[in-house]
Amino acid sequence: MPETPAFQFVDLRQQHAVAQLGMWTFLATEVLFFGNLILAYCVYRSAYPDGFAEAARHTQIAIGTANTAILLTSSFLVAWAVALVRLNAGRIAAILFAGAAALACIFLLLKGLEYRIEYTEHLVPGFFFTFGGPNQTSAWLFFSFYFVATGVHALHVGIGIVVLVVIALKARCGAYSARYHAPASVAGLYWHFVDLIWVFLFALIYLPGRAS
Amino acid sequence: MTWYPPRTLVLSWFGLLALLGLTVFAAYQPLGTFNTVVALAIATGKALLIAAIFMELRQRNGLVIAFAGAGFFWLSIMLWLASSDYATRANFPPT
Repeated sequence: MPETPAFQFVDLRQQHAVAQLGMWTFLATEVLFFGNLILAYCVYRSAYPDGFAEAARHTQIAIGTANTAILLTSSFLVAWAVALVRLNAGRIAAILFAGAAALACIFLLLKGLEYRIEYTEHLVPGFFFTFGGPNQTSAWLFFSFYFVATGVHALHVGIGIVVLVVIALKARCGAYSARYHAPASVAGLYWHFVDLIWVFLFALIYLPGRAS
Repeated sequence: MTWYPPRTLVLSWFGLLALLGLTVFAAYQPLGTFNTVVALAIATGKALLIAAIFMELRQRNGLVIAFAGAGFFWLSIMLWLASSDYATRANFPPT
């Protein structure tokens, strides 16, 4: 196992610090990537507040809330696993990484179920979209944002599952230790970020218009 | 060797789930415009918990925090410039 640093680094500490900065740089581009979508949402929501509120009431808040709890829990499992990797407890950490990946699979299953409900209710723009009343156009805009934002987020979850499974397998084989654990903690950063984005998507998609 | 989760992580997890419950509860209270304010304030609180505890930013030095903050800094410029554009348009939404 790589207990010695790659040739360009003085030591593993420096290598780990560079890996951290690299991941944060990638996440900064991800902030702007999702930020654009959220900006478009804010512009249209300020233009059509009633339409967005009515459209948001048609989302499945029970599934959305359950999925938020699932992602928060899987993030907790990953944070715990990263802490264990640093204590040389790779085998237990592997179980936790795998548990987080399993929760992510449940997240995607529930998301698919939700898409299915929306398809049968004719809420998918481009597929027989029908939304009675005066808010047809703004509801179309809302659901366009909904499918693009949650779809791109689901893609991130899918990539995260692959990453978590690989990290779990390597942790099980004892690839990481208190000295060398950069891949595990950097993968953790990515996973927490996917969770963080969902927290905002949840607030923007599921919560508006519930009180009226 | 202990495999128990660190206390801080468990407390953050419970805190995040409690905030989730709170934000769903608050969404159903008739607060008018404040519904959105409360929802986004709680989302920001959850994001800060995730960033500080799960992503370990509270243990990181200034350089990492600068890198982490850079994306949000540029995002705030984008939101600011774009919203000043739309807020000052004479015909928005187009009629």
